[in-house]
Amino acid sequence: MANKHVITLIVNGKDYTLSVEARRTLADALRDDCGLTGTHLGCEHGVCGACTVLVDDKPVRSCLMFAVQAEGCSVRTVEGLAKGDALHLLQKAFWENHGLQCGFCTPGFLMLAAGALEADPDLSEEEIRDILSSNLCRCTGYQNIIKSVCLAANEMRACPPSADR
Amino acid sequence: MSAIGRSLKRLEDRPLLTGDGCFAADNRADGQVHMRIVRSPIAFGRILDIETDEAKALPGVIAVWTAADIADLPPIDFRMTRIAGLEPYRQHVLARDYVRYVGDPVAVVFADNPYIAEDAAELVFCDIEEETPCLDATADPVAFMPERDPALLSEAAVITKSYGDMEAAFAGAAAIIEMELKVGRHTGVPLETRGALAVRDPETGVLTMYGAAKVPHYNRDSIARMLGLEPEQVRLSEGHVGGGFGIRGELYPEDVLVCAAACRLGVPVKWVEDRREHLMAANHSRDQVHRIKAAVDANGFVRGLVDTFYTDQGGYVRTHGGTVSDLAAALLPGPYLIPAYHVEGHIRLTNKTPSGTYRAPGRYETTFVRERLMDAIAARLGLDPMEVRRVNLIPEDRMPFDRGIEALGTHVLYDSGKYHDLLDRTLTRIGYQDLKADLARRRVAGEAVGLGIAFFVEKSGLGPHDLVTMAVQPDDTIEIVTGAASVGQGVETAMAQICSDVLGVPIERIRVIHGQTDRIAIGFGAFASRVTVMTGSAVKIAAEALRDKAIALAAPLLQADVRTLTLEMGCVVSRDSGATIGLAEIVAQSGKDLDAEGLFRADHMNYPYGIHVAQVRVDEAVSGIQVERYLVAYDVGRAINPMLIEGQIVGAAAQGIGGALLEEFIYNEEGQPLATSFADYLMPTCHEMPPVEVLLREDAPSPQNPLGVKGAGEGGITAVGAAIAAAVDDALGRPGLITSLPISPRRLHALLRR
Ligand code: FES
Ligand code: FES
Repeated sequence: MANKHVITLIVNGKDYTLSVEARRTLADALRDDCGLTGTHLGCEHGVCGACTVLVDDKPVRSCLMFAVQAEGCSVRTVEGLAKGDALHLLQKAFWENHGLQCGFCTPGFLMLAAGALEADPDLSEEEIRDILSSNLCRCTGYQNIIKSVCLAANEMRACPPSADR
Repeated sequence: MSAIGRSLKRLEDRPLLTGDGCFAADNRADGQVHMRIVRSPIAFGRILDIETDEAKALPGVIAVWTAADIADLPPIDFRMTRIAGLEPYRQHVLARDYVRYVGDPVAVVFADNPYIAEDAAELVFCDIEEETPCLDATADPVAFMPERDPALLSEAAVITKSYGDMEAAFAGAAAIIEMELKVGRHTGVPLETRGALAVRDPETGVLTMYGAAKVPHYNRDSIARMLGLEPEQVRLSEGHVGGGFGIRGELYPEDVLVCAAACRLGVPVKWVEDRREHLMAANHSRDQVHRIKAAVDANGFVRGLVDTFYTDQGGYVRTHGGTVSDLAAALLPGPYLIPAYHVEGHIRLTNKTPSGTYRAPGRYETTFVRERLMDAIAARLGLDPMEVRRVNLIPEDRMPFDRGIEALGTHVLYDSGKYHDLLDRTLTRIGYQDLKADLARRRVAGEAVGLGIAFFVEKSGLGPHDLVTMAVQPDDTIEIVTGAASVGQGVETAMAQICSDVLGVPIERIRVIHGQTDRIAIGFGAFASRVTVMTGSAVKIAAEALRDKAIALAAPLLQADVRTLTLEMGCVVSRDSGATIGLAEIVAQSGKDLDAEGLFRADHMNYPYGIHVAQVRVDEAVSGIQVERYLVAYDVGRAINPMLIEGQIVGAAAQGIGGALLEEFIYNEEGQPLATSFADYLMPTCHEMPPVEVLLREDAPSPQNPLGVKGAGEGGITAVGAAIAAAVDDALGRPGLITSLPISPRRLHALLRR
């Protein structure tokens, strides 16, 4: 039987101690071991971006990272985006602007955009489009996703989220 | 204010935004085991042996099956368009005697975790005697399974339809135009792969499959039949669905396998497909070659049209039977009069992944064919392409227009349409003459820019009927139960808007239950753009019945005559006294249930129509095509929620652009698929997407349903290939250059060097 490693992941501020094989992906660990199924798998080969999460605040494709590599890191998933009942400005913008249809790609786009806008709140529409081109959506044709992110970016600049993540 | 016609925010969105959705892979059950399919690595060959011992010996493996272990299971039957002669080409759940495409399931492994299941699958060895694969549907038919039945050839059926006097049409023609046109192999590729969890309740014996989609009731009956169970012993449950597009939710071998395994192994069985499998196992689509011959008069009017086409069906005929070819044959004439028409559609088996429907099946292909013909006529006769369309379009006063042939067993009767009017509006919207002049100036300045315009007719609202039930709940919400399904297109919101329109209850207080076979006796699911038309009409009928019942029950409570009562904002109001009573209150006070049923029947489909406009720039140095601007004009009869419809149109246009420029399942000479990852099967990202404008019209409501609606799910894709091909021709100043899709850089490069 394969060797298992005991690791601790800090996911959305909460500690999870897991025993995983070295080959277990971060995505599988999040979904199956932590029970956080909001992170989706659309390809498992690093192209679609549905599995995007933030690892130490940087967008990462969790299908391409092993869980053991995230040992001790702070991982943020879509489940941690809203504060209680209050949706994140990005989530609100997607809702208001019909930025999702089936919703399967949505967590990946939300986390990608959240990471990018936290790193640089002043991204231009062109830069946003460039960043979002790294994820796939099969339903929306992207128009409303870009619109949602741009509008959320405006609002986030107007009222920056408090530092307590 | 009426709830219909408003761009209300969707009811479905919140859980999808917070990660609380429940997609197929999110289902789990205690004690579940994981299934992994062993797939044929060879395109065509006779199975000599399948060695499973090594796999079985791996710790954690529970069972390994080959066809011999499930010899009692029949092949998967057709759901629609059953044509005589197709039966021998159906697919068994695991391959018997022969493998017929790379990806054909040959064995299945069950293990206690998915990683071990995958390890074990790699230990299964298939000894297959290779045969030469057939990869060209236009080649002469060959034996389907040579040793088993040498006489059974790879032409499964030929569909013929015709009307009019073809001899006369050709006899008086001013010109005869012949073309060969091809649409490549591509498909829906939803972002969520397929998956299922099957659980059998040890006490009741009821088998539940989670992860159902599209046609749960039909699949329940099929699974029950295949496994020898009663329909009541099988339950299908739909959760969130990550995109459908025609391919998801058809009954596939894997669905039957999880259910059979849950029964036979006595544990819950879970299966999640990976992307590589999806691209070689889920239905492909399109892949047609058309050879057409048209007789035209001096004005470009098509007097007669003859088409012979070949559908590359892939390895087997799956649930759709002859659907795609039948629709292609019936709807090729589209918006034009075409007084004589003869078509012969050959359904040919090859050694590629089996194919089925994909958004606008048969119409994407034939719109490309027909509109390329219109452009060719204009080029040959030196006419403006829009003028050629004008002389051929069916005039408004000929509506309803009887085509004189059938599609999917229903008579093709175009219910309503103002085709010339929509063409005028579209040309005005884009400023046709100015735009043409502007592009001409840019061409003179050295840019390869061009404009392409294509007309299409869609179809929607396939019957036969749809049922919904509706009931007021104690918490004053309204629950609607429908046998329709949702594949992510906003069904709940649209149905709630239709209900709200009658009852005045805000949509937030309306819950729509769909895709649950244990909640409603019948259901036809979500396909062929039927939900808004069929289910929507049933919702309206049910809501009106509920309104009448509420008023009848309220009358004694308010001590008023029913004729003085109305329903406003979810309350029964007396016009005389001003007294009001809420719906839940009526239930509480009367002690009676407040519920209703709505059944809607339709004998005919209805026919929305529209126009696509593409403006492209060709970069000859890199053989690249950039779509600069895109417009879809679409008459949907009546728009329930314009925001959702526009979302559907833009999303569909993106898929159409994918199929026109990027997406293609390529095979090498051995029949090995070369596009089995997203690095090789290229779908549009936001970089490839132009701004898409939508001109949504409601000028020709359908007379065939109480809402006047026509389906809106497919028209955004239908004419993309046609419009872009025309635009590329125009950009390069080479009419008739593009005869094949996709116009990939490789193909364009070859054309540019010619
Ligand atoms: S699932 Fe990770 S990139 Fe597609
Ligand atoms: S909304 Fe379905 S994939 Fe993006």
